Amino acid sequence: MVNHCNNNHRGFYEWIVQRVTAILIGCYAVFLLSYLLLHQPLNYATWRDLFSCLWIKITSVIVLMAILWHAWIGLWTVFTDYVKCGVLRLILEILVILALASYLIWCVDALYG
Amino acid sequence: MTFPPMAIVSILHRISGVLLFLLLPFALYLLHHSLSSQDSFDQLQHQLHSPMMKLLSWILISSVAFHFFAGLRHMVMDCGIGESLKVARFTAFFVIFLAAIAIVLAGVWLW
Repeated sequence: MVNHCNNNHRGFYEWIVQRVTAILIGCYAVFLLSYLLLHQPLNYATWRDLFSCLWIKITSVIVLMAILWHAWIGLWTVFTDYVKCGVLRLILEILVILALASYLIWCVDALYG
Repeated sequence: MTFPPMAIVSILHRISGVLLFLLLPFALYLLHHSLSSQDSFDQLQHQLHSPMMKLLSWILISSVAFHFFAGLRHMVMDCGIGESLKVARFTAFFVIFLAAIAIVLAGVWLW
């Protein structure tokens, strides 16, 4: 009861984040698919040139962060619905957060390494 | 017992979402190795001919396609469009239809 109001706000916040991130990811997916279809067969030089552009790097990292945030909200919902054991749910949530954080570093490494 | 198409789209939206999370390392692997060098790009292209890599790619593309169309439908309904039972049933069938086409096309392209 204590955090009743606060929790309601959190629900709305997550609802809106899930939609904003979905739109970002969807636009990026359409862009990437169109690019790949327009550059068939893909060669290394074209592909490297695309990702050497600063704007594409920025967009890619931001979209990856959107994916991680979106995945977190989605998986949190799925765990809350299907995993009834609190300890197991906590362990799963921690594992997901660790995985998502490492994916961000992996992505930055792939783009800037 | 038969499930209405809306329930099928809803559960597949969740399943494809979980699959996408599980396949994120695969997608990052593709990004990483396709960008490292000409050699690793060529190597990756070669690797992608193996049945295992084709299957993973196909599951990835299929999940993206389904999650994309189901997500679009979800957001259109958030705007208050197509919320009646009749229209919702039709759009649910339509999502399954569009995703099926994308999944078959991806399969044809891969094999």
